[in-house]
Parts: sequence; C-alpha cells; structure tokens
Amino acid sequence: MSLFSFAKTEFRNLFSKPVTRLYPQEPRIYPERTRGHIENDMNACILCGLCSRKCPTGAIRVDRKEKSWAISRFSCIQCGCCVESCPKKCLSMKQAYTQPGAEKKTDVFTKPEAESKNAS
Amino acid sequence: MSTRSVVPFGPHHPVLPEPLHLDLVLEDEKVVEAIPSIGFVHRGLEKLVEKKDFNEFVYVAERICGICSFMHGMSYCEAVEHIMGVEIPPRAKYLRTIWCEMSRIHSHLLWLGLLADAFGFESLFMQSWRMREKILDMFETSTGGRVIFSVNKIGGQRKDMDNSMIRSFLDIFAGMEKDLKELTGTFLNDGAVRSRLDGVGVLTEQQARDFGAVGPFLRASGVQYDMRTTGYAAYGDIDLEPITSNIGDSYARTVVRVKEIFQSIDIIRQAAAKIPEGDFAVPVKGFPKGEYMMRVEQPRGEACYYVKANGTKFLDRFRVRTPTFANIPPMLETLKGSQLADVPILILTIDPCISCTER
Ligand code: SF4
Ligand code: SF4
Repeated sequence: MSLFSFAKTEFRNLFSKPVTRLYPQEPRIYPERTRGHIENDMNACILCGLCSRKCPTGAIRVDRKEKSWAISRFSCIQCGCCVESCPKKCLSMKQAYTQPGAEKKTDVFTKPEAESKNAS
Repeated sequence: MSTRSVVPFGPHHPVLPEPLHLDLVLEDEKVVEAIPSIGFVHRGLEKLVEKKDFNEFVYVAERICGICSFMHGMSYCEAVEHIMGVEIPPRAKYLRTIWCEMSRIHSHLLWLGLLADAFGFESLFMQSWRMREKILDMFETSTGGRVIFSVNKIGGQRKDMDNSMIRSFLDIFAGMEKDLKELTGTFLNDGAVRSRLDGVGVLTEQQARDFGAVGPFLRASGVQYDMRTTGYAAYGDIDLEPITSNIGDSYARTVVRVKEIFQSIDIIRQAAAKIPEGDFAVPVKGFPKGEYMMRVEQPRGEACYYVKANGTKFLDRFRVRTPTFANIPPMLETLKGSQLADVPILILTIDPCISCTER
C-alpha cells in the first residue's frame, strides 16, 4: 500500500497539453470508415427502390412519380445496408455527422430532370 | 434497540447513471435489507423480434446495451448461425474475438472510471476514461462507429481489418500498456483507494454459488468459471486461464477486472498472430428453423441468448439473460450488513448495466 501513488500522473498532467480538442474551432478528423450520413448522387439513381426495401428502419422513401428519393435523417441508424444493396452504387456513406436539429427532418433529393420540369 | 428506517436509493442517484431503485432498510447506518425494483427503462426489444426480419434484428440486438453492443450482436448472430448450420470463415471468428476483447477492455476501463468516481477520485476517473477513448478511436477506425458498430451479420462480419490495421492497433496497445500499469497501480496500491475497497462487501464462494453470481463478481470469490473457455468465436484456439481471486471483497473484484484488461490485450496479441487470411463472410440462404441457447462471456459475466425460429423470416422468440440480472441477488446479499456509505461502491462492484437487464 502506498500514499500519493497518483502524484506522478498528476504532476505530468500539469505540464502536458490537454487530451481534449477545442471543438469546433479545431475540427475533428474522422477515420475513413466513420459512418456519418448517407448521400445520394441523384444523377445515377434509377429510383429502383431496392435501398428502401433493404433499410431496417424504413428511413428511405422512393417516389417514382415525383422522381424523388427522401431519407428521414433521424430514423437512419447509419448501418450502411442501403449502400451495399444499391445496384447503381450511387449511395455513399459520408464521414461527417449531420447537424443536430430542433425537429426530425427529412432530406429530399430530386432527379435533376424533374427539378427542371418543375421549374419551367 | 434502534428503530428501522427506509431510505430510497435511486432511480436517480448521483453515483449511478442508470435507473436502479433500491429500498434500503436501515438500522442506524447499517443496511439490514435491500429491496430492489427494476423496470424503469424497459424497451421491449425482445418482442421486436416478431416484427423484424431475422437479418435486420442484428441491429436491434446490438442496441440492447451500449457497452457490450458488439457481443450482443455477435451472440445473436452465432445463435442463428448454429440453428442454420452455417460455418463462418475462420477469419471472421478471429475478427469477432479481437473486437470482443477490445469491448472488454473498454468496458473494464469504463468501470474503473466509474468506481473512481464513486469514491470521489475525479482525476483518476478522468484518466481511466482518457485511456478508454483510445479504444473507442480504434473501434471507429475499424468499424466506423464508436459505440454501435454494425459489423456483425449472420454468416460473418461486414467489415474486415487488414493486417496493417491490426498491426497499428498492436502498437497502440503496446503504448497503452505502460500507461495502464501506472493507472491500475493507483487502483491496486493506493492507500486511499484501498481504504474504500478492502473488506467491503465480502461474498464467500458458497454464497456466490448459491446466489448464482456470474463474471468477475463470481471469479473474485474464487470460482473458476469463464464462458470463453467453451470456445465460441475463436476462443478455442486461444490460450487463456480464467482470472480468479479468493478474497471475495470489493478489492478482489477490482483486481480481477484489472488483470482481465491485461489478459484481453494478451488475447488480442495471440489472435493477431494467428489470424488466417481469407474471406470474412459467407452468403447465407434460407430461413432458420429450430432453437438454440448461446452462452457468452461478456465483460460483466455470462450472458445467455435463447433463439427460437420457425422457418419464416420472423423469429418466434428471442430471450436474453444478461449478467447484471444474475448478479442482482448476490449483490443484495453483500449489501446486508454493510454501511450506508458503502452502498454505492457495492452496487458498482457488480458493474451494473440496467439497460441490458431490462432490454
Ligand atoms: S437502390 Fe440505389 S438506384 Fe435504387 S433507388 Fe436506391 S439509391 Fe436509387
Ligand atoms: S444507412 Fe441503414 S438505416 Fe440509414 S438509410 Fe441506409 S439502410 Fe436505412
């Protein structure tokens, strides 16, 4: 049994720099595999709907009439099943996490041609 | 003759972040009886198995608990694989072993921190969690998640660790070992720490057997019982000896867990040396039919998973008996006769995880 066995650690801590980071001034560097959020490249998506059938939480909604692909950000658990199942490989897992939000939001992606049609 | 009074402990108590409620019957400062009540965070995850495809349920099983998430997912997968007669590739077995042991280190470090916090040694708590952060970073590098990993699937793993990644982890562990020795030296030798742990809450071997304790709580009372010796995942090829102590007090439980941290690092080294090349998953077709009981050693002790399948994509029944559930009766036994001031420490020495107890 000893007294002050922690003193060495304490003393070293006085002279070493903090282990924490001054977030968000000092941005976090994510490892390559971090599962942050899902992005969809709508130019390649064929709206087949396979991703929405594979999604365990039912976070994805594909609407062929509206030519839109929507993801409920707060239902998604970042499992990556949709990315694995997509035949066109247009889905990708991005490293950065989504912003915190005050309400449960859904992000809607629309096919470019549908967008131009709606605009005209 | 002193009068008896009842002091409620929890469900919200500064020392325990999780909702466990105890009614402590006191005679002066001495606890004569503790009456538990649980059920504050019941989420009905077992019932969900009837609504989720058995492949999708892996993600639910993982979410039973945030500390043993890897082992929950893995055990569920192993149980279904046994029912379906799927033999997973050896590389997947080794990957599972490595991730299991990393979970054990991170869980034990978390516990050491909480223990330090319980007796008011805040900087020791922070040092333990600083160390744990490194493990979480390794998890994020290898699986993409810090707490929920989503790397298990029925038939193997969803991600591989290449050899350079495993080597870099071994280097990190080699660096950590020195820091860990210093940190755990304080837990094991410091006079102030020992004055809070020595002789507190003794559980004899007979009591441990009678009340059905599991995990480090049981091994600290001198019973050599570790589910890893049954050889699930790749544990069959790994050389390991269950760590025991025969003192049975809170200090012994700390010693067992500290030694298990080093044992886990050793297991990871062995696994890294033996890991074979090859696939890390096999395709699985069809639906499971039958039942299986899977037993694994989690950081907190033995967990049992019962899976019953009926040949469709939905399972009939999924049941988990978590280690904390088994450890509550022996914990109540150790509380009897203890001082009120020692109650937080005694509850902590079983490493309670109420979320997984209530699922
Ligand atoms: S699976 Fe791929 S191509 Fe099909 S709808 Fe989903 S994102 Fe589009
Ligand atoms: S990552 Fe998983 S939960 Fe999220 S949308 Fe894809 S399949 Fe669904």
